[in-house]
Amino acid sequence: MTLMINRRQALAVGAGAVVLAGGFSVPAFAKNDSAELIEKFTGGKKPADGKIKLDLPEIAENGNTVPMTVSVESPMTEQSYVQEVLIVTDENPRAGVATFHFTPQSGVAEANVRIRLAQTQNVVAIAKMNDGSLFTTSKQVKVTIGGCGG
Amino acid sequence: MAAPRIKLDKKEAKKGDIVEVKALVAHVMESGQRKNAKGEIIPRKILNKFTCTVAGKEVFSADFEPAIAANPYIQFKFRATESGPVVLTWVDDDGSKIVGEDKITVS
Repeated sequence: MTLMINRRQALAVGAGAVVLAGGFSVPAFAKNDSAELIEKFTGGKKPADGKIKLDLPEIAENGNTVPMTVSVESPMTEQSYVQEVLIVTDENPRAGVATFHFTPQSGVAEANVRIRLAQTQNVVAIAKMNDGSLFTTSKQVKVTIGGCGG
Repeated sequence: MAAPRIKLDKKEAKKGDIVEVKALVAHVMESGQRKNAKGEIIPRKILNKFTCTVAGKEVFSADFEPAIAANPYIQFKFRATESGPVVLTWVDDDGSKIVGEDKITVS
């Protein structure tokens, strides 16, 4: 059980924490390619907490369509803006959900889409700023009916 | 294919105002994970790329994976700087495009 909690926490705070916890960048027990995607996005850097917010329902009755809003605090000027936001899940058959690309003209770094969740799991968001700094957050969604068919 | 539905929260904006865009497009977003009655995998067919340009400049784009729900909805914002067309483009796995357009007047 302790191992389970460690794994969830590790995945929740991104690949960087996995490095701290286990000394491996890709945990052997990962169910999908989420660690790989995060590693590719961050370049191995550890994202900090804060600045980014994920808005998801606590319980999704239907995993086929779950509303998700991601927003990042930023002035969104030429000097300081959010470049990209990566969204991954840790238990979908394929981890990737979406990558949003913002520009200073976006005005506000916020996007809303509807996503599919196969089962109860964590959704992880990582923001990359124009200066290369990284921020992350995650949220668990309890799914009553899975959304990947089959 | 039905035309995408696009809604801007304002048609006229002052320079610097934030404009919210909501768009909905009809698409199966087949994940490539499902099987048909014979047990064969139904090939993946999704819209994998979304781009929004305002007056010819890209303001926002997104890469979609199969975990985006069918009939994808997207909502985002942009800062009004000049008048012009707001063009939304979705690119299908097969290379075809779905394009929708609205316009913004900036004073």
